[in-house]
Amino acid sequence: MLDSYLPIIVLIVIALAFAVGTIVMSHLIGHRKPSAVKLAPYECGMPLVGSARERLSIKFYIIAMLFIVFDIEAVFLYPWAVVFKRLGMFGFAEMGVFIFILLVGYVYVWKKGALEWE
Amino acid sequence: MITVNHYLVLSAILFALGTFGVLTRRNAIVIFMCIELMLNAVNLSFIALSHHLGNLDGQIFVFFVMTVAAAEAAVGLALMITFFRNRESIEVDDISMLKW
Amino acid sequence: MENLVQLAMQNVNFAAIMPSLVLCCFGMAILLINVFMPRGKTTSASLISIIALLVTAVVSLQGWNNPQFGFAGHVALDNFATFFNMTFLLAAGLTILMSDDYLRREGYPIGEYYPLILFSTAGAMWMASGTDLMTIFLGLEVLSISLYILAGMFRHQLQSNEAGLKYFLLGAFSTGFLLYGIALLYGVAGTTNVADIGLYLSAHPAMIGNPMTVAGMLLMSIGFLFKIAAAPFHMWTPDVYQGAPTPVTAFMSAGPKAAAFAALMRIFILGLAGLQSEWTSLLWGLAILTMIIGNVTAIYQTNLKRMLAYSSIAHAGYALVGLVAANAVGVSGILFYMLAYTFMNLGAFAVLVLAGKKGEENLTLEGFSGFGFKRPFLGVAMTIFLLSLMGIPPTAGFAGKFYIFAGAIKSGYIWLAIIGVLNSAVSLYYYLRVIVYMYFKDPQEDYSWVSMHTGAVVSIVIAIVGVLYLGIIPGKIMEMAKLAIF
Repeated sequence: MLDSYLPIIVLIVIALAFAVGTIVMSHLIGHRKPSAVKLAPYECGMPLVGSARERLSIKFYIIAMLFIVFDIEAVFLYPWAVVFKRLGMFGFAEMGVFIFILLVGYVYVWKKGALEWE
Repeated sequence: MITVNHYLVLSAILFALGTFGVLTRRNAIVIFMCIELMLNAVNLSFIALSHHLGNLDGQIFVFFVMTVAAAEAAVGLALMITFFRNRESIEVDDISMLKW
Repeated sequence: MENLVQLAMQNVNFAAIMPSLVLCCFGMAILLINVFMPRGKTTSASLISIIALLVTAVVSLQGWNNPQFGFAGHVALDNFATFFNMTFLLAAGLTILMSDDYLRREGYPIGEYYPLILFSTAGAMWMASGTDLMTIFLGLEVLSISLYILAGMFRHQLQSNEAGLKYFLLGAFSTGFLLYGIALLYGVAGTTNVADIGLYLSAHPAMIGNPMTVAGMLLMSIGFLFKIAAAPFHMWTPDVYQGAPTPVTAFMSAGPKAAAFAALMRIFILGLAGLQSEWTSLLWGLAILTMIIGNVTAIYQTNLKRMLAYSSIAHAGYALVGLVAANAVGVSGILFYMLAYTFMNLGAFAVLVLAGKKGEENLTLEGFSGFGFKRPFLGVAMTIFLLSLMGIPPTAGFAGKFYIFAGAIKSGYIWLAIIGVLNSAVSLYYYLRVIVYMYFKDPQEDYSWVSMHTGAVVSIVIAIVGVLYLGIIPGKIMEMAKLAIF
């Protein structure tokens, strides 16, 4: 039963050994000449602008909250879609009611202006 | 061989970890994450039992728990944001205007 | 598979969920009306909500002596559910009546308030009519999530923020335990249907002593005892009651408590009858603890909202006595008591709603000095509600306590009844103190800010009539409560 997992375990062991080995080796034999640029979180790419701990716009939180709520409907849509043909019109109507309720919420959110960015 | 007992023990451990986190952590968001861990530990139990019993009720229950957890998360985050706006902090020790 | 779909369709019975369906449709309609109305115009929303509650009451009464079952044993609109539905609708109606002017005074004329009350009432109805742990759980969550928002609704007020956040964190925490308990019971019985769990346990008596069953029962009780505000799960109550908007507190003290009792009764009496000796001994201890903690701590309170919070803990303890007794008198006594408590407590809160200034800093004992003579109607009303909360005849509180303690004595829990009566005696002290302040202290203020808003006055009058009716002629309602239990 567990035999079939053996290749995966071997792969995990090799990957871990490689990653740990690389870090340990570079730590042991690498040269270190630290400078401000090198110690920055992103050494390559854009120069840093300001602190990473800036406050984000409240908009992001609102969008995130709305996303959570509207995203979770998929939990009900998937099982419904799998047996859609067998449920027929009745299932379709029931799901229509469900979507309609979400739509009421959507209209509410829209009219309240929670989706406007500026 | 992994039996239903293994899952139940794992679920109990996760649930206990979540409970421990709720009781010891001081940041409301981390507390909420620990509560989510508790709920998901329960979900694991439900699915394992559902598979073990050959009965779909448990899996349907998990759907509802997930939905409810999402709704709770949205409301909880909104409450935390309003609290943060007024108080500039989200530590539960600052929820102290009303005495415990 | 084909007949599975047919089976599902045969099980659809909209009559069984009609009350909550009506309520939710009205709720959504009000939500949409609100966004198209100018901000601050909430009177129409409150009127439509009252209409919604009346329609729901009519629809729900169709289930009296005409039980409707549906959705594969998930929902039952039986007498039990109908009786509780009426209690919830009453609580919601009185709350909405006292809310409109209050919200305007506090500067939060938010139209979403009314749909949220309706949705939480619908959640409470699912808890009372749910015959499957799944439905009961969903009802509990619809109820709770709406209440989290309502408690924290005054979003620029730190107190309200704190109340909402605290209620949310502790409520979600208790939900975790509830769910874990349900999962364990599901693992034992292989079903989440309350009646089927009962059948399984009576067919397999060996499973009754199984640690998994007992642990499931205990964990599940935590979730409901939290909502009931029974000690030691009462810690949130005073803070949340004090911080939340006063009408929301009023609703919270009656609606969710009754709903959690309904669910607890259905689950314990129908589903876990096999574990009766276990849960009686658990609730026996908790009832005593709850009564003592509630009453003793209430003595030290000077804020009236906080005092009523501790009093609500104490009343949860009295009602638990009925569940310990677990006989017809005790259990129907709980139904009666929840109705009586709804009348008296919402009435008391309605007086507080009218007596408060903006910000409600004055709702303290001192703030009520001489209130009774300056505002005679409100003073008399408050006195009636407080007498009822004490359990003095001829008020609803006396009749309720009488039935519950009679049930306890009938089942042989004489000591429990004695402790309950002693606790009522303790409670006299802090309730009477309010009356003393109202009538025997010199007024510091002329209470000129108190204006008699129609809605709140109507709810006070309804509450007075209810308290006196249930107190003087309790027989008829008690007969109905007896018909309502299983």
